[in-house]
Amino acid sequence: MYQHILLAVDGSENAVRAAKEAVKIASDASLIEMIYVADFEKAKTEVLHAKSSESLMLERKRKIAPIEEVLRSAGKQFKLTILHGTPGPEIVKYANEKKVDLVIIGSRGLNSLQEMVLGSVSHKVMKRVHCPALIVK
Amino acid sequence: MQSLKQQWFGNVRGDILSGIVVALALIPEAIAFSIIAGVDPMVGLYASFSIAVIIAFVGGRPGMISAATGAMALVIVNLVADHGLQYLLAATILTGVIQVLFGVFGIAKLMRFIPNSVMLGFVNALAILIFMAQVPHFLGEGTMTYVFIAVTLLIVYILPRFFKAIPAPLIAIILLTAVTFMFNVELKTIGDLGSITQSLPSFFIPDVPLNLETLSIIFPYALALALVGLMESLMTAQIVDDMTDTKSDKNQEARGQGIANLINGFFGGMAGCAMIGQSIINVKSGGRGRLSSLVAGLFLMFLILVLGNVVVDIPMPVLVGIMIMVSIGTFDWGSFKYLAKAPRTDAIVMLATVAAVVYTHNLAIGVVLGVILSALFFVASISKVRIHQNRGVFIVEGPLFFASTQNFIQTLEEAKENYVTIDLTSSHLWDESAVGAVVKVVTKLEEQGKTVKVIGMNPASEKLYKQLLNVSVSH
Repeated sequence: MYQHILLAVDGSENAVRAAKEAVKIASDASLIEMIYVADFEKAKTEVLHAKSSESLMLERKRKIAPIEEVLRSAGKQFKLTILHGTPGPEIVKYANEKKVDLVIIGSRGLNSLQEMVLGSVSHKVMKRVHCPALIVK
Repeated sequence: MQSLKQQWFGNVRGDILSGIVVALALIPEAIAFSIIAGVDPMVGLYASFSIAVIIAFVGGRPGMISAATGAMALVIVNLVADHGLQYLLAATILTGVIQVLFGVFGIAKLMRFIPNSVMLGFVNALAILIFMAQVPHFLGEGTMTYVFIAVTLLIVYILPRFFKAIPAPLIAIILLTAVTFMFNVELKTIGDLGSITQSLPSFFIPDVPLNLETLSIIFPYALALALVGLMESLMTAQIVDDMTDTKSDKNQEARGQGIANLINGFFGGMAGCAMIGQSIINVKSGGRGRLSSLVAGLFLMFLILVLGNVVVDIPMPVLVGIMIMVSIGTFDWGSFKYLAKAPRTDAIVMLATVAAVVYTHNLAIGVVLGVILSALFFVASISKVRIHQNRGVFIVEGPLFFASTQNFIQTLEEAKENYVTIDLTSSHLWDESAVGAVVKVVTKLEEQGKTVKVIGMNPASEKLYKQLLNVSVSH
């Protein structure tokens, strides 16, 4: 049984689908930890466009809301952790440090153009985490 | 907040490495901003060294990088052109004094009054001006100039996708400078625009007459520099706060910027402030603590002492290419979406800020104009009071204060019913004008023989109402 499941989220449709798979896999005793990485590349834009640091926090929470709803309505235990950095490496670092039992991630995030050029975050995560990974299409 | 020891030695390896990366990335910018300001490259390089080192000790935001900047360079162009370097140094010292005072009086709180529309206008105007400052360096300079700019841009945009250890601009500089030597390409170089001295900065007092005339020349510039410097510094601090998920002391940062400029002016440097781009590079490269800024400053100076004679051979088109990259990076490309989606008034404030800066070439004027404009729009938007009428009941929606009472009075005075109820549940009486308006309306309606009832006043409004009425009665 997977006790500590890491669910990588970014506010995309894929992440919602990943959450639905997480619900299927998680038992009532497992903890689903949603990881949202505030991307360094977007830090400047996000801060400048936010009215204040509080509204920026709200903005990020809003992105996660649909995913949180999936987990809540399924009655699973979950929490949200916001990290700051480059999404791929940051997820890998966290998953390996916390020795999570399973990583679940959507196959494609919000920025499909960038992923065409640089390769997808999910692929990089899958290669580098020390635990099983589930990539959700 | 972290302990001082943490701020210095909590991340030694990361700070040293990132400091070196930042030093490498700072050199072309410090030189280019000197050229924009119309001073020798040394003035910007000394400034970057002094400010980075001093701010490491006195700044309020560990991990943030401050040095000579484009925003400050743009403000001082006219001062340098009209009065020369010595007046610039005097203005830099005065800027420091003003910033220290601002810090002591808690300027950070005032930052809350600068809306994000003005901040967006600020960075966009800055980007446009940095780009415009490059135009004279390539327009009509021949085909080879364009080729070098293009190659520089290709290098700085494509190379980082494969190789990130050394900043791409530096690689472009080394590679293309070598190319000019190997193939004997005739291009303007940095040496044609100024000289590089391979020595440490030394202390001296700017050679200006100490009188009121001098003060009247430098004060407007110093005030603008102080504003622009703090604006960019506190904006950058917010970005670093978010990236590192830590807090910073913005008032200490303001005082620190002041101390850095104050000392910097005595060592022959131009006024500077925090840099958004370099601070992001620092954090991305693993810099978190004060040590990163110190290493950046020291390593920058070391490079100048060792490589000074090579720096003069850097072709101008390469520097221009790097500055075009800086301006593209500074511009907020999300602004176009913002213009389409944000409230009209916010979009107008942003455009007005950009227009004012591009027209006056002074970022301070744009910021002040933007803040005033947005304050006026804000007052206008909250001074809209809606009144819903249901027979004799008038439901007032929105705050009542000096700017919003007119509509309230007009509507209520035209009430036809004999029994009038004014429902203030969704309103708030803010000042004497609001209380006066209610009293005026009630009096007028009662004079017409109507029965008037005021209901739903919240406790704060009621308190003000009674207080002001008692005072007027006792007169």
